[in-house]
Parts: sequence; structure tokens; C-alpha cells
Amino acid sequence: MELNREQLLAAYHQMRTIREFEERVHREFSSGSIPGFVHLYAGEEACAVGVCMNLSAKDYIASTHRGHGHCIAKGCDVKAMMKEIFGRKGGLCGGKGGSMHIADMSKGMMGANGIVGGGPPLICGAALTAKTLKTGGVAVAFVGDGGFNQGTTLESMNLAAVWKLPAIFVLEDNGYAESTASSWSISGEPVKRAAGFGIPGEQVNGHDFFAVYEAARKAISRTREGGGPSFLHFKVSRYFGHFEGDATTYRGAGEVDKVRAERDCLTLFRKRVEGAGLLKADQLDTIDKEVAALIDAAVAEAKAAPEPSAEDLLTDVYASY
Amino acid sequence: MSKKSFRQAVNEALRDEMRRDSRVILMGEDIAGGMGAAGEQDAWGGPLGVTKGLMPEFGRERVLDTPISESAFIGAAVGAAATGLRPVADLMFIDFMGVCFDQILNQAAKLRYMFGGKATVPVVIRTMFGAGFRAASQHSQGLYPLFAHVPGLKVVVPSSPYEAKGLMTQAIRDDDPVIFCEHKAMYDDQEDVPDEPYAIPFGEANVTREGDDVTIVAIGRMVKFANEVADKLGKQGISCTVIDPRTISPLDRNTIIDSVEETGRLVVVDEASPRCGMAADIAALVAQDAFKALKAPVRMVTPPHTPVPFSAALEDIYIPGVPRIEAAVRAVAGQA
Amino acid sequence: MAGEITALTMPKWGLAMTEGKLVAWNVAEGTPVAPGQPIVEIETEKITNVYEAPAGGVLRKCVAVAGDTLPVGALIGVLADPSVSDEDIARFIEEFRAEAPETSAAEAEAVRVASVTVNGRPIQYLKMGDAGGIPLLLVHGLGGDLNNWLFNQPVLAQKHTVYALDLPGHGGSTKDVGGGDIGAMTAAVVGFLDALSVDRAHFVGHSLGGGIALSAALEHPRRAATLTLISPVGLGSEINVDYIDGFIQSERRKEMKVVLGRLFAKPEIVSNEMVNDVLKYKRLEGVKAALSTIARAIFRGNKQGFIVRDRLSEISAPIQIIWGEQDAIIPSSQVAGLPASVSVHMLAGVGHMAHMEQPQEVNKLIERLVTSS
Repeated sequence: MELNREQLLAAYHQMRTIREFEERVHREFSSGSIPGFVHLYAGEEACAVGVCMNLSAKDYIASTHRGHGHCIAKGCDVKAMMKEIFGRKGGLCGGKGGSMHIADMSKGMMGANGIVGGGPPLICGAALTAKTLKTGGVAVAFVGDGGFNQGTTLESMNLAAVWKLPAIFVLEDNGYAESTASSWSISGEPVKRAAGFGIPGEQVNGHDFFAVYEAARKAISRTREGGGPSFLHFKVSRYFGHFEGDATTYRGAGEVDKVRAERDCLTLFRKRVEGAGLLKADQLDTIDKEVAALIDAAVAEAKAAPEPSAEDLLTDVYASY
Repeated sequence: MSKKSFRQAVNEALRDEMRRDSRVILMGEDIAGGMGAAGEQDAWGGPLGVTKGLMPEFGRERVLDTPISESAFIGAAVGAAATGLRPVADLMFIDFMGVCFDQILNQAAKLRYMFGGKATVPVVIRTMFGAGFRAASQHSQGLYPLFAHVPGLKVVVPSSPYEAKGLMTQAIRDDDPVIFCEHKAMYDDQEDVPDEPYAIPFGEANVTREGDDVTIVAIGRMVKFANEVADKLGKQGISCTVIDPRTISPLDRNTIIDSVEETGRLVVVDEASPRCGMAADIAALVAQDAFKALKAPVRMVTPPHTPVPFSAALEDIYIPGVPRIEAAVRAVAGQA
Repeated sequence: MAGEITALTMPKWGLAMTEGKLVAWNVAEGTPVAPGQPIVEIETEKITNVYEAPAGGVLRKCVAVAGDTLPVGALIGVLADPSVSDEDIARFIEEFRAEAPETSAAEAEAVRVASVTVNGRPIQYLKMGDAGGIPLLLVHGLGGDLNNWLFNQPVLAQKHTVYALDLPGHGGSTKDVGGGDIGAMTAAVVGFLDALSVDRAHFVGHSLGGGIALSAALEHPRRAATLTLISPVGLGSEINVDYIDGFIQSERRKEMKVVLGRLFAKPEIVSNEMVNDVLKYKRLEGVKAALSTIARAIFRGNKQGFIVRDRLSEISAPIQIIWGEQDAIIPSSQVAGLPASVSVHMLAGVGHMAHMEQPQEVNKLIERLVTSS
């Protein structure tokens, strides 16, 4: 299916926002203004955006510890996200969740998750809700190549298939679970693993927005139409370490530079749309500037936002207690 | 009003709430039974028949049998709760928490807090616990203090059929994740239970006996034993108050403290292991907040710090019973 | 009468009572006692009360002593004429004990609530006694039930057939109260008499039940043989709305204990068990709505909405009014200025619950009115 200009502009805007967001967080973290554990999504933007462009507000996603990109792609407020990562009042979760638990249920974003493999069972639940209440919605579990070996993920794939749930399992295989290569840790072919559960799947170049979008479109519509769960395996790379502060000495020399130069999703996207005459370079440059300004403002506002007050410690544990 | 078993009481609460609210669904292993099999459907109604008859009334869409896959379906119940259903998931034996604890501990309990109050997780996890069935170490434990330790969870341990129905009704209507712990040796206990639906509020202890000399706080099945001791010793000049917390999280601190301030003596009876358990927790609470009122050291009546044994000869001495409770009450009352 | 021996047994006060604890004997062994004299204090889980001698005689033997807990129907003492030999007393005790279990089982069987359909909805009631003559009908107040008459019904049933019912919205009866107004309540009560083919009855009504008795006597003059009204609704505008709101809204033990305490001159009479029973009732689906509907219909604007003091002269049946001087719910001052034909009995040291707080006196007054008419 052809994307129209507005859709292409939106896709680029989102991918650029994620990139700008992550690179800025990388710098702010290095300068010591962001506390805690932060895992960056830069390099993988095409996956989140290509999938989420096929979703609407009634659809849910569950993310991983590397969740900023999924959040932005699902429509979360970027400024509130930045405040959250800074641990400030007005953050998306009031400063209680932080980078690893960033979420917005009203946007169908069921949270980044600090537990590897934590999300897929929740997504079975969201899919069960959609099926039971006949909302027409689907639910998407993003897992990394680490999470793909967790029992929760495998159990969830089985349960989703057994219950014929409208669930889509997306493996973002960025090559490393922490410092361990996925080529070593995943035995067998992921697509065949899914097939073992009776779930059809496809391996896709995760740097290519158009390939991701098209594969996701087919999988999601198949699932949405009652075809049961689907599986997607994106081969992709992350530009930064497992966490901020990871020296990434386990990666080969020049590995990241080579990906940035040859397979960067934003560069590939620009080449494709400009080459085909779909969008003009200055349109995209304008977006770059808008996004840079947005992220500047988000950081400035986050730094200026007050810390949560002591009373906030005790609220939101229970609906009532 | 009619005599109903604990089993019927729970079944009736589930049935009434499913009739009242179409968002209430059940899921668990063999809660109907016979899924995909050629023979009888609703063959089991759960291993002890608690959910029998619900699938025929509400259909497989609302009474979902699951594969033996606790991580997936307990997590699915949590995810479904966060997105608009009110699931009651059956974690068959509390001992099986080990294979799905992440979904309870890190997901169900924390979504609301981590999301700054923007998630509501109205899930109920029903689970059987308790010794006395010769079911050995992996099917007999009283692990509910592990749940009570986790902020974000509510933990209910009902002590009778009447209590079970009212507390289950509240559990389903409650907007927080609730762990509902049913003692497997109580399913055939009978008492008068109203036919109408009713909800017992969480966080308010029940006082089943009123006395001046000793406060006994007992949990779950132990309440019955504590009542027996109170009735017996009442005739022998030791009058006991028996407090059934009903919910160990939230815990009705005030009822316990107020009572100890009147009696000055406390015996805590729990079937869970002694270390970091409810008995220790309640004893510490009283030591901190009612120390001046105490006329005798607090006594805890619990099993020894061992796994639950298989042999009947061993299991019978493992479980705290009437004689040990009586001895503890006599000891604190100075009549040992 | 020479040679007659009377067994004093653990009374059954209320359906749930299975055993009682003897608190203290008020008279010593060997003392002569008159019929109706309070002779022993009995404590149940719900309430403490004095037990009256069912006959005259000498208290020959205290079989149970203070502190003993015994099942309902168990022998606690023996009354007899001084002419009866000690051997006969001993033999009587032995024989009684041998037969006792069957007796108490039969007694337990006899007191069971039943249900009858009135206007298509269930009304629960308890019948005690089977004497001929006009039966008595006991009508409880707002939030009460037939168990409120636990100290009255068994005593009155010794000479009469006595019905106690649960009003709509209460006890084991329908939770559908219709409009909840006096008319709807009266229709249910008269419908209950119709359903049991009771033509006339001596009405005994407490509080709201008193108002219903008044309304029944006005609307159906033939049905009421006499009226005994205990702290009744219907004689003045004042009523403690805080109590009513508190009763309807309270869901917790402590709050409810305070609320119920206002009913009695001595709030400590409210036991944990009484509070638990009220909470159990109040938790039932439909109860809160039913009580609110009744309260709105009958006590709107913080006042009683059904006042018939000017119409008492239209009632030809004899009327007596019993009121606790310390009634904190409906002030006893409302008896002022009533027609002389109405006999008024003010009880000192009593609150809103005269029939529970001073049952002996209330039973006597009821008995006297019923017998004299």
C-alpha cells in the first residue's frame, strides 16, 4: 500500500523526533543531569514507527526497557516524556516511573518494562480485552533478542495462538542482549520458532522503514481480521550501549560507524523519498529544525520543572487502601 | 439465607458478579475442564470444583481454560485488567506463584505507581493454600505473607464461608490487584450465607469473640481454631478477644492495637512460616505501638520453619492447632 | 401447688442463640421467689438479660453456677414447694438431664422462621405459641428485624400466638420497599395478616413499626384489637435524623457501634455481635437503597412526615404508649397532650429500645392490655 505525503512526513517526523530525543538524552546523561538507568533506541527508529503507523489509539503496545522510541511512535507527549526521564513533576508518570517504566495508557502505551520479557503476557491480556469487548483493537508486544528467550515470551506466544488472540509479537533483534550476541543466544531461526507455535512470521530489515511498514501492515491487518497472532523479526542495530555508560567494548571495531554510514534508517528514508520525488529535501530539513527546537524546549522545560513533592511518594500505590 | 459451603460461597460470589458485570471473566487451568477434549465439558470446575457450573452459564468466552502456563495467563489477566476487563485468574496452588511471580510482583503490583496513577488493575488472583491435605512441600504452603510484603497488592485470607462470599464480591469490585487466598481444607466448611450478594469492606478486621484477658489474632483457617480455644477457655476464666484481620494487606492495625491496649496480652496465630511472616509482623506492630499495654511477652503460634512435610504423622504436628493455641493463651495469661 | 417441680432452663433469646453464660444468681438457694421475679442474669453473645421465674416456689437448687456456659434448654436450677423432698429434687434433675437433649432439639425445631408471599414478594416471619384467641403481631422499627423481640416473643407466646415479621427492606423479607412510605409499609403488614388468614391482631409496634400500627388501625379499624406503641413514629415532627443517616451510611464496625449506642440509655449494651449482625444485614444488596427510600419517604426534610396525633380519637381500639425517658431518637416529650384515653407508660433509665432494655416491664404491659381487652 502506498503511503501519501502526509503519512511520509509524519513517519519522518516521528523517526527524527526519536533520534533527536535519544541523542539529546545521551548528551544530558553524560553531563549528569539525568539519573538512573537509561537505554537508548537510536538506530532502531524505523521499527517502532513502521509498526505504530499501523495502529490507532484503541490498539495497545507493550515495550521493553528500551522504550522511548515506542512511546514517541505511539503518540506520547514528548515534553512530558522528557520530564519523566528527568524525574520531574509533570512527567508522563509524575516522575515515579522514569525511563524504564514510561507509559501512557490513554495512548495505548502499556509501558516500557524493566523486566526483560515482562510485556508479552500483558499484551495477551490487552488482546483478550479487545477480543472479549470486540473493540476491533490489536495488541503488540515488542521484545528484544534477550526477551525472545524468556519463558514469558514463549508462553505468551503459545497462549495467544491457543486463544486466537489479536496479538502481534515483534522481535527487535539489535544484535545484542546486553553484551551477549543474539547470533549466539538465540538457538534456531526466530521465524521458525514462531511457526512452531503456529504463528506466521517474517524476517525484515529493520533499518528500512518501508520494509518494516509493509510487513507490519500485512501482519497487523491479518491479525486484526481475526487471523490470530502474527510475528515479525526485525534485524536492526542500536547506536548506543545497552545502557548509558556502557563502553560497548564487546562490539567489533567500527561496527556502529559502518551501520550509521550505510544503513541508517533516516538516511535511507530520505534517499528513497527524495529519489522518488515524493518529498523534497527542504521539507525534511524543516522537520529536522522543528524537531530540534521541540527537543530543546523539552529539555529546558524538564530542567525547569519542579521535583515531585514528598507527598507524591505515598500516592498512586492503590486506587483505595 | 441457607447453609452453604465455602466452595459454594466462592462460586456464588463469582456467579453473581459475572451476572452483574459482563467485564468480569475467569481464567485458569481446568476451571471448566475438558477444553479441547472429546469427553465431558465443565468436567472439573477447578481441581476442587469451586468454579463448577460457571462455564455452562457464561460460556467459554468468559470462563477461559488455559494451558498450564501461569506466567502467560496470570500476566494476561493483569494486562486485561489494565485495559478494561475485570478478570479473576485462578492460580491453582499458591505454591505455583514461583513460576509467575514477576507478573504479580513487578507488573500487577506496580503498574499503577510506575504510571503515576494512570493505570487501574482490577484483577483478582484466586489461589489455594494450606496444609492438611498430605499434599507435601509444593502444594501445601501458606505463602500469602510474600504477597503482603509487596506494595500495590491487596491480600485477602477469608476465615469462613460467609466471609469468603462477601470478601470475594469486594475483591471483584475492587479497583486494585487482589490476591484471594482460599484454604483448601475449608471448602466443605458450612455456615449460613445470605443468598443475596454482599460485599465486606477491605481493611476492617472482624472481631469474632470479645474478651478482656487475651487478644488472639488469627488468620484464615486459624480463626476457627482460635474461636474454639476462646470458647473453651472462656468457661475456665480466661476471656479472649479473637481478631480475624480478613485482609492482611491492608491490615486493620487499629483494631489490633485497641484490643491489646484493653487486654495487655497477645497471641498471634498463623499457618505461614514464622520468619518474616504475618505473625512476626503483627507482633512487631504491637511491640512498637502498644508496648506499654503489654503485661506478658507476645506469643506467636506458627508452624516450625520447615517445608510442609508429606507424612501424616509429621504434617499433623506441623499445623498449629487448638492445643498449641490454648497453651500459648494460657502462658500469656499466666496459667500455664 | 404442693409436689410440683419447675425446671429453670437456659432460655433461647433470639434465633441464633445456642448457648448462654450464667452471669449471676439474683437469689440464693432456699429463697422463695414469685412468678415473674428476676432470678438470674444470663449473657449471650448478643446481649445480657435477666431471666424471670416462670412460676412461684422456692429456689431449691442452683444446678448451674456463675460463669457456666450451657446450651439452650439445659437445666440451670429447680423451683419447687418446700414440701418436695430433696430426693425427689435430685431424681428430677437426673431425669431431666437424661431427657434434655431431645427436649432442646424439639424446641429448636419449633422456632424456625417461615416466609409467606405478600403482593408477590416474600415476607419472613416467626410464629411462636399456638394459643387460641386473637394473636399478637410484633412490628419492628427502621433497620430492625424480628429478632428485636427476642425477649418478648417467647414470653408472650406462653399465653398467645405471637407473630413477629420482617418489614419489607428488612431481615429476610423482600428488599423491594416500593415507595417506602407508611402506606406501602402498612399495605405489606395488612397483606401479611391476610396471607396468614389472621383477621384481627393485637398490634405491638416499635418506632417506625408503631407508626405502621397506627396507620393500620386508622386504615383498617377492624384489624387492630389493641395497640401497644413503643417510642412510636407518628406523634410529633421531631426525630433524630443524624441517627438515621448514621445508621444508613455506616459501613464499619466502630462507626456502627457508636450509632447503635444512641438507641440505648446504656450504650454499653451494644455488643460486638449486635454490631456484626447489623452490618451483615446492611451489606446485603438492596438494603441501603431500601432504607434510604423509607427514610426519604417518611422522614423528609429532617422531620417526621407522618403525624397522626390529631386522629388518635378515630381509633376505637385501646392504645397504650411505652416510652423510654432517655429516648435519644424520638423524644418522649411527644406524649404530652395526648387524649386521656391513651395510656402512657414512661420508663426511667430507658432509651429508644424499651422492649430490649426493660423487657419484663414491657411484656407485663402488653400482657395486661391484651388480657383486659
